[in-house]
Amino acid sequence: MREVVVISGKGGTGKTSLTAAFAHLAESKVICDLDVDAPDLHLLLDPAVVRDEAFISGHEAIIDPEKCSGCGLCASMCRYDAIDQDGDVYRIAPLRCEGCKVCVAFCPEQAIDFPPRHCGQHYMSETRFGPMVHAQLFPGQENSGLLVSRLKKEARVLAEERGLELILCDGAPGIGCPVIASLSQTDLAVVVTEPTPSGVHDLERVASLCDHFRTRVAVVVNKHDLNPEQTSRIGALCKEKGYTLAALLPHDTAVTEAMVRRQAITEGEDSAIATQVRQAWRTITDLLHS
Amino acid sequence: MIVSVASGKGGTGKTTVTASLAVSWSRPLMAVDLDVEEPNLHLFLKPEVTDTDVVTIEVPEVDESKCTHCRKCAELCQFKAIAVMGKAIMTFPEMCHGCGGCMAICPEGAIGTGTRELGVMERGVARGALPCLTGRLRVGEAMSPPLMRHVRSCMRAESEERSLDVLVDAPPGVSCPAMSAVADSDVIVLVTEPTPFGFHDFKLAFEAFSPYGKPIAVVINRAGLGDKRVYEFCTAQNLPILAEIPYRRDIAEHYSKGMILAEMDEGLGELFVKLGQDLRRMAKEARNA
Repeated sequence: MREVVVISGKGGTGKTSLTAAFAHLAESKVICDLDVDAPDLHLLLDPAVVRDEAFISGHEAIIDPEKCSGCGLCASMCRYDAIDQDGDVYRIAPLRCEGCKVCVAFCPEQAIDFPPRHCGQHYMSETRFGPMVHAQLFPGQENSGLLVSRLKKEARVLAEERGLELILCDGAPGIGCPVIASLSQTDLAVVVTEPTPSGVHDLERVASLCDHFRTRVAVVVNKHDLNPEQTSRIGALCKEKGYTLAALLPHDTAVTEAMVRRQAITEGEDSAIATQVRQAWRTITDLLHS
Repeated sequence: MIVSVASGKGGTGKTTVTASLAVSWSRPLMAVDLDVEEPNLHLFLKPEVTDTDVVTIEVPEVDESKCTHCRKCAELCQFKAIAVMGKAIMTFPEMCHGCGGCMAICPEGAIGTGTRELGVMERGVARGALPCLTGRLRVGEAMSPPLMRHVRSCMRAESEERSLDVLVDAPPGVSCPAMSAVADSDVIVLVTEPTPFGFHDFKLAFEAFSPYGKPIAVVINRAGLGDKRVYEFCTAQNLPILAEIPYRRDIAEHYSKGMILAEMDEGLGELFVKLGQDLRRMAKEARNA
């Protein structure tokens, strides 16, 4: 079984549109949306939910105002500034609470409860391109790295159950916890970038993250014709670092038009860019099996 | 007064809007990049770095000669950063959230404080007069919130001391970092694009940020592309659309050269001057309400 994760140092580079096209082109795969903070792949793949589960992760502290004597020890010990004074008693600000349990352990009145935290939902669905696992984290919740790991594990189980050969993931943006979790156990990271200062900057950062985790990298430059100079800089970077430059895709409104129709770029009538995306997928498949 | 520029989704033009607002602002201003995972504002404002803080968190450092292996620390730690196995104690500093619980609970005083580097905060000055703060997470570091806390506390202290307005480039999305980035602000600007992805993430951001009760303004980027749903939603929710940046290839090319949109032509320059005025008016009205 192989696993490909499509990532982008920077948001909005076309990662999800490209993943949807790959989902259309790939055979025998489980599709996985690891962007649990702002998932978008479902907008194109229209999944029918088969299984829906709560994502419980960590705990949250809750102060019982009846028992709180207002000593303030919790607030002075909390390193996250998550405890506010509320008249004579104290109150936890849930968005700032990291669930470290320090306040619970040290409260002299044992006034702080520590129930499990419901952080979001995760789903197993069927789409026109095959089975899909995805999730939605509630706003302001963290631990998305853990949810990403959970989705990847589910995708693997599903692939094994059904004898599917590929796990195709739409990765999380950025370079923090969710991306680090996205990259674990992956055979290949496809980094989508744009020929802009931010695109190049973020590509460098995310690619060095891949190097750090010894993940192979293939680069797709989207909208390459906007700035030929930056595109050649990206080409040089790939050469220097040994990344495969899998495709140079032009700036083309066909991508947005497909999105508005809720289709993958390669579905329906083939545009010029669809042909190039097909070629990119062949390059990536060859790389996966080399 | 603090204005945060946020977006449910990455790549909608948040940094473009922040950089353009920064150069069009009519009062003393500080520009802060809180997108510590992917800071990009400096690529456009190009500040000269004057000073760098290395930001760390406290992680446990165990004095094994004092440790009695009572396991109290490991039982308290919620992040699996300390483990006791028989007569051995191990720490995993990369897992540590720096809560300090282990240090406080150890009855033998065997746990001292080591440090882990989270990243840096750079102070700089752009264009001779615009102070900038940039947080930059170390590659491989998973925890952005404590680095952001450091940048936010410097931002509050330094802007108050020098009576500066603050413009924040917030991280994308609606997870914990984005929520904490906008928590300080007087006005939130949501940048979106009128596409299905843009609209979907915009709605999430609206749901996430509106409980703060702060005024929210909308800037639509790449107007003319996609569909009308974001406009209908703004009308229904009474959200003011303060500016529309047209979808034009020459704008995308200008951006790709690292140039600031407000300085591309006169019309775009005026658009951002007016946007700044409207935002200050919204902040003032909210304060007087």
